Amino acid sequence: MHGLAAHLPVLPILIPLITGAVLVLFDDRQRTLKAIISFTGLLILLTAAIAMVVQVSQSEGVSTISYAIGNWPVPFGIVLVADRLSAMMVLLATTLGLATLVYSLARWHTSGPSFHSLMHFLIMGLNGAFLTGDIFNLFVFFEVMLAASYGLALHGGGSARVKAGLHYVAINLAASFLFLIGAALIYGVTGTLNMADLAMKVAMVPAADRGLMEMGAAVLAVAFLIKSGTWPLGFWLPATYSVAAPPVAAIFAIMTKVGIYALLRLSTLAFGAEAGASQGFGQIVLLCGGMATIVFGVIGLLASRTPGRMASYSVLVSAGTLLASIGIGNPTTTGGALYYLVVSTLAVSAFFMLIELMDRVRIEGANVLALTLEVFGDDDEEAEEEVGLSIPGALAMLSISFCVSALLLAGFPPLAGFLAKFAIISSLFNPEGLTETGAISPWAWGLAGLMIFSGFATLIALMREGINTFWATLSDTPGPVRVLEMMPVALLLGIAVGMTIMAAPVMDYMQAAAEELYLPGGAVTRILETPLVVSVEAVH
Amino acid sequence: MELVLAIGIAVLCASGIYLMLRPRTFQVIIGLSLLSYAVNLFIFSMGRLRVDAAPVIDHGTVDPALYTDPVPQALVLTAIVIGFAMTALFLVVLLVNRGLTGTDHVDGREQR
Repeated sequence: MHGLAAHLPVLPILIPLITGAVLVLFDDRQRTLKAIISFTGLLILLTAAIAMVVQVSQSEGVSTISYAIGNWPVPFGIVLVADRLSAMMVLLATTLGLATLVYSLARWHTSGPSFHSLMHFLIMGLNGAFLTGDIFNLFVFFEVMLAASYGLALHGGGSARVKAGLHYVAINLAASFLFLIGAALIYGVTGTLNMADLAMKVAMVPAADRGLMEMGAAVLAVAFLIKSGTWPLGFWLPATYSVAAPPVAAIFAIMTKVGIYALLRLSTLAFGAEAGASQGFGQIVLLCGGMATIVFGVIGLLASRTPGRMASYSVLVSAGTLLASIGIGNPTTTGGALYYLVVSTLAVSAFFMLIELMDRVRIEGANVLALTLEVFGDDDEEAEEEVGLSIPGALAMLSISFCVSALLLAGFPPLAGFLAKFAIISSLFNPEGLTETGAISPWAWGLAGLMIFSGFATLIALMREGINTFWATLSDTPGPVRVLEMMPVALLLGIAVGMTIMAAPVMDYMQAAAEELYLPGGAVTRILETPLVVSVEAVH
Repeated sequence: MELVLAIGIAVLCASGIYLMLRPRTFQVIIGLSLLSYAVNLFIFSMGRLRVDAAPVIDHGTVDPALYTDPVPQALVLTAIVIGFAMTALFLVVLLVNRGLTGTDHVDGREQR
């Protein structure tokens, strides 16, 4: 490996860091220049992310690429680790970043200072959290991500955002302290912060210290559960997400997934098959917490009166489904869950952007007038008088996009949301593979029932919203919808539709990623033997 | 010394949590600061308490028993910097909230 390819794992962190830093240097008035730099930086990042996915998917068996970031030998220095799961998450974060950035170029990037820099730092934090192989480094990247997200949550201003932002900052600061306590306890017992090294050391912890170590892991998990919005730790989420600016809420859709990613990564590494007495620690909490989150999300979804809150509760339903599926602890279920993760994140993100566009075709006080309004007005001629790039048939595009994202979120055929839920439920009922007949646990019945129920409830809530918007309360003079705003929505939904058509290779990738997670032996060996760059002086 | 440190962490933590649950934003930020001191001391104590031992190890073969664990000290340094920056950021949001709503209640309005 020569040149840039050898440094592939560090590129998804470096590129947004450099782009974000360069963007700080330019004044906010130079909008076009900033937009060009920002967009170019993201395109380069996307290339790197795709290259990483291609590289890990071509490898047979263990796909782990580990990279000693300061050229220190492994348990002492920090390593970056790219495998199928982290490469996929980096690509997902970058794609969402690109879509939301393009969307914000239409209007939102001008409504607050340093929007582009914050966006790049957020992506840097996300990518870093997905790639790091060290618990404390994970904390640092979490903080980078959160610091940028505090700025973005306040983007656009207004007292509603500031109030929600205040709560958001306070709860995340408290969660960060829990993270530190957990990481310190784990270090105090095992003497290591490297995740791979930790996987080796967990089995060797003496019985007297085991309780302390498990307590550390539990405190750490509480911090991650707060970030992923699990009931009863996720009440902050709908409040923050529903008032955030639409492109910001759209990229925040992946932030809950960082908590879930960290839980999945650490629980499979530290409490996997080789963990001795601690094997499977805390899985029942994930399962119960996930199921409670689904119930809470569904109740919230049905009770929501505004589309913003509706989308926020869909984030909770998606997080709950993921947590509960991971809590089952079966590689095949986790494979389905990873597919669901990508699909639901894309759909929720597109939905957050659609909401704002839908608001423009709706008239003021729509809910009051919903029953009395004449359904069809001759709005075509008047729409053309609007200044701006109105797409002909913008309304058709909007309603099709809404329909697609509703189908994806509810998990109804024929789209990828259905395939994802089918994969999870199928593996719940066939825990030992399709050819074997194994015992079905009562938990599997409960989770499968909840998933089907949540699908129906989501469909009812979204259908009600769709009817109110597109059939009942159309404005006579709909506001213009620009191509720039429609493109990212179409891109995200297009990827989800593409995942439906290419379901077999995508699902194979997810299953390989999940199996790799549950058999970490090969990855651990490879991480502990990370090659170092030999300096020129040492050779001579 | 262990007892003194443990009581110190406990007192800081308890007062931090109490203040964090209070309705005034200023109380919340002081609570968060106290909590961060408690957490920093806790991280520090995870490297075991040692008196009169240097954390920096010289070149060559050394006896690790003569030194204190340098890792928690490095972690504490990072945690202090990050905690300080986040508290400063919280302070800004707090002031903006005060300016926009005219009250220092965390919910932006007084309880009836």
